[in-house]
Amino acid sequence: MTRKISIEINGRLAEGEVEPRLLLADFIRDVAGLTGTHLGCEHGVCGACTVQLDGRPVRSCLMFAVQAHGHRVATVEGMAPDGDTLSTLQQAFHESHALQCGFCTPGILMSMEAFLREEPDPSPASIRAALAGNLCRCTGYQNIVTAVRLAADRMQSS
Amino acid sequence: MKPAPFEYDDPQTVAEALDLLARYGDECKLLAGGQSLVPLMNFRLARPGRLIDINRIDSLSGIKRDDGMLVIGAMTRHSAVEHSTEVAGGWPLLTEAVGWVGHGQIRNRGTVGGSVAHADPAAELPAAFAALDATFRVQAKRASRLIGWEQFFVSEFTTALAPDELVVAVEVPRPQPGVGAAFVEYARRHGDFALGGAAVTIKLDAGGHCEAVSIALLSAGPAPVRATSAESMLRGAIVDQASIRAAAVEATRGLRPTADLHGSTEYRLRLLQTMTQRALIKAAERAKATP
Repeated sequence: MTRKISIEINGRLAEGEVEPRLLLADFIRDVAGLTGTHLGCEHGVCGACTVQLDGRPVRSCLMFAVQAHGHRVATVEGMAPDGDTLSTLQQAFHESHALQCGFCTPGILMSMEAFLREEPDPSPASIRAALAGNLCRCTGYQNIVTAVRLAADRMQSS
Repeated sequence: MKPAPFEYDDPQTVAEALDLLARYGDECKLLAGGQSLVPLMNFRLARPGRLIDINRIDSLSGIKRDDGMLVIGAMTRHSAVEHSTEVAGGWPLLTEAVGWVGHGQIRNRGTVGGSVAHADPAAELPAAFAALDATFRVQAKRASRLIGWEQFFVSEFTTALAPDELVVAVEVPRPQPGVGAAFVEYARRHGDFALGGAAVTIKLDAGGHCEAVSIALLSAGPAPVRATSAESMLRGAIVDQASIRAAAVEATRGLRPTADLHGSTEYRLRLLQTMTQRALIKAAERAKATP
């Protein structure tokens, strides 16, 4: 049995007729065509698939798409203001070399964007604690912490 | 698509959910936050034929005071408990315990009722509820009842809930004034399941004697364990390094935590003693600092 659902993703309505077992992550990628959200472990450990549901970071591999019907979802594609400009956080990641292969980056950006909204002036220790739910096997995290702090500085001075 | 196919209902009210539970009972599984159930379904270790999703029942979420007691709705998210000033003010043990649950992203979805109904022996909230002598409000179409934590947690992933019953809320009595509390655990990595942990509350008299104490352990057996003989040893005694050390040893007497890749039974027993000791020291310090 399928269900008709509509989910507001990055301000645009995405609609589909889906089986209840379709994961939100697969809806975002395969139905809405937004492949910036990556799937790593598919059991909630790695954080690559992190999106924001009604403004809060969640694992999109641990939710069914039908559960997001009528809710707001934000993905990495919604971050940049336009095709030529990166968001402050994305720009800081770019400049600080906070990514190498980039597979984990969309999930980390989704987590950190929400984190900076809650904590606009975080200590490095607090950034590290907030990063604990996202795995990165390239960077060693050092430059990610630097980038988040740089973004915080720029957001506060602007 | 990872999980096996299932039928899906998302009732809007408790009455509708109870109707569905009465009709399908054993054939269905309740979907709360899904942070434990969905991974199991993604691996196809769980293949429920029908899910009853209770996320659209607004009346099941919320934290309120009822006659001095704290009443936490079953669908209250971990993050709501974590950030509640009400909880931090009167029940700081819960605030401290919930911070150890998974990661922020998990706590944004995971629920209090889901955690207790899942009954993972390594889970934080069941142990904290054991230390605080909590009671669970349970409803079925045929009847409602209250189940104390001790009767509720039966074994690993097993509770006293009948197939048609739904946990609707947790009732936590108000700790006595002057009580200090602490929750400590050890895990290999941040957010991993605890290899051992302790939830403690303690009240001291003016002379430094223990007036009241509760010690609950997680990852110590098939269900949360209350170390009652250690509690009676400590009650009335001067709380110092020696009595805390003795109580911590007593707390693990008779326990046989299961050995696995991460630690032998002997290692886990030592760990539980250390966790108990640290929690007692921290809780006693806080009790002294509390007017």
